[in-house]
Amino acid sequence: MASITIRGVKKNYAKTQVVHGVDLDFASGEFVVILGPSGCGKSTLLRMIAGLEEISDGTIAIDGTVVNKLEPRERGCAMVFQNYALYPHMSVAQNIGYSLKVAGVPAAERAERVQAVARVLELEHLLDRKPMALSGGQRQRVAMGRAMIREPKVFLFDEPLSNLDAKLRVQMRSEIRKLHRRLNATSVFVTHDQVEAMTLADRLVVMNGGRVEQVGTPAEVYSRPASRFVATFVGAPAMNMLEGTVTLDGLSLLGDSRKLNVSRTGLAVGAKVAVGIRPEAVRMVAPGTPGALEASVDLIEELGAGRVIYVDLDGAPFSIVTSETVHPEPGSTVGLQFAEADLHFFSSETGGRLDVFKATVPEPAL
Amino acid sequence: MEKRVTFGRWTIGILFAVPQLILIFTFFYWPAGQAVYWSLTLQQPWGGGNIWVGLDNFRSILANADYWNSITASMIFAGISTGLAMVIALVLAALTDRQLAGSWLYRVVLIWPYGIAAPALALAFRFILAPEAGFMAVVNKVWPGFWDPGLDGADAMASIIIAFSWKYVGYNFIFFLAAFQAIPRSLIEAAAMDGSGVIRRFWDIQFPLITPTIFFLLVINITESFQDSFGIVDIMTAGGPANATNLMVYKIYSDGFKGLDYSGAAAQSIILMFLIIALTIVQFRFIERRVHYR
Repeated sequence: MASITIRGVKKNYAKTQVVHGVDLDFASGEFVVILGPSGCGKSTLLRMIAGLEEISDGTIAIDGTVVNKLEPRERGCAMVFQNYALYPHMSVAQNIGYSLKVAGVPAAERAERVQAVARVLELEHLLDRKPMALSGGQRQRVAMGRAMIREPKVFLFDEPLSNLDAKLRVQMRSEIRKLHRRLNATSVFVTHDQVEAMTLADRLVVMNGGRVEQVGTPAEVYSRPASRFVATFVGAPAMNMLEGTVTLDGLSLLGDSRKLNVSRTGLAVGAKVAVGIRPEAVRMVAPGTPGALEASVDLIEELGAGRVIYVDLDGAPFSIVTSETVHPEPGSTVGLQFAEADLHFFSSETGGRLDVFKATVPEPAL
Repeated sequence: MEKRVTFGRWTIGILFAVPQLILIFTFFYWPAGQAVYWSLTLQQPWGGGNIWVGLDNFRSILANADYWNSITASMIFAGISTGLAMVIALVLAALTDRQLAGSWLYRVVLIWPYGIAAPALALAFRFILAPEAGFMAVVNKVWPGFWDPGLDGADAMASIIIAFSWKYVGYNFIFFLAAFQAIPRSLIEAAAMDGSGVIRRFWDIQFPLITPTIFFLLVINITESFQDSFGIVDIMTAGGPANATNLMVYKIYSDGFKGLDYSGAAAQSIILMFLIIALTIVQFRFIERRVHYR
């Protein structure tokens, strides 16, 4: 168990900077997920914690000890790699026990500990096999076992589930969660899959372009995204974004073609904003309902439990998730209604969240 | 199922293979067959008829102490030069693999020695290792009589081993470096996370994973050290002093073309051929078992 403190960490490769000064604190025993699109610097950050990548600037401390100059083996971290990185010439038992062998643990004790780990991961019958002869899920478990046996202070996961098929991914996800509850070691998990991130994380770190966009619980990140990037990256289908201008009596959207009556927002009249609304927060009503925006239906995606309806709002794409059994015809017109409290405002210039006086406003249907 | 292009009629396939078959037949099977025939007859030095003698040529060669001396010299040469060329190349490649800035340069520069004809590089080494001038002359001045390949058989053997190894270090290096590069980076990193240091990682991870390449190079190096050594021996020592560097392939040449004993030389080349075949079989039988193919 260990806390991790990251202060002003930067990473440069030759001339390009890929991580621009990151400050983060991970509490002991916490399960942190770093989420971001590919190339956002999340893996680089993880590899800097592991010691596989030099830290260009700033410090990383594990349990209060700055580890910048320490070799990976001296940091007390174990890592699970995306492609598992199993030693192809060693059996499962040798793979799991390799770190103990390096550490000079006697063969008898080693075998015992390998057995114990294999029991937890249900690998006992596979111990003599080579990685070649294992399925994807089994390889994944061996990689986990290799990390577990060292009883590390910190677990690092570098997109460990992205090579698995969808079903196995869900299963491994819950196994990782259970394992964490059991071992309670500080874990840092890097992924670009937001479902994985939301389900696993105690705390979520959203990164973009080498910077941290937001840190918070999955619920916080979902309900109060700190930036336009986070708003559109977290949640599927993505949050709808409409460009607008603040007017005296509300908002004009999409270059004045639509008006939206909202109560006083506290924003300066004439300010350019992006208005976000989650597809789940939109209700479909009959066209012509007072206050509703009208749009024409493009496409319907059937999900079984519900459906995603893509509509066209004067050329702007807009999506609605509904569990009601409505089947509007493509090309037909529908009305869209949403509560003012569900609107998110972002600055058109900086992309940052704009806080409005939502709490004081009663909830009139628009 | 793999999709294959097939020829409608077998004759078309044969026609495509004909140029290659002609080459192999003309430059391999025909001369080899001729050598077998010569080894079983007594050829006249200036042509014109021969006598069938059966295995007499082989009997007389194998009864000759000079020939056994030649086999011993060839074995020593093959063993040491293969060992040197492979170990040096392995170390260089392992070091290069760790710091790869400009690896393309190493690849280009290090293949050059292999492209140099054996007699040309032998001439260069004859100057470099000359006892009367240059670096070795300085050494000889400090320790008089330390180095003279013209008089000392061991020095002469060392000279041709150095020249041959130098040529094959570059060749081996290219293969070793490619093998190291083919090992996924994450395996090395995983081993580092498991607490393994640089040397330990080399022995536990990298070395086992390049064994297919090591095995391939071992077979090639040993075979070539029996065959490709001719030019080097001819220029540097001409088999001397006192037959100390009279390797099998050189003895075939000197007995055949200088001694005009065509039949004896043909028999020797048949023996050399079987020796190389036997060595290769041994390597496949006993060493390949320890190779980890991925």
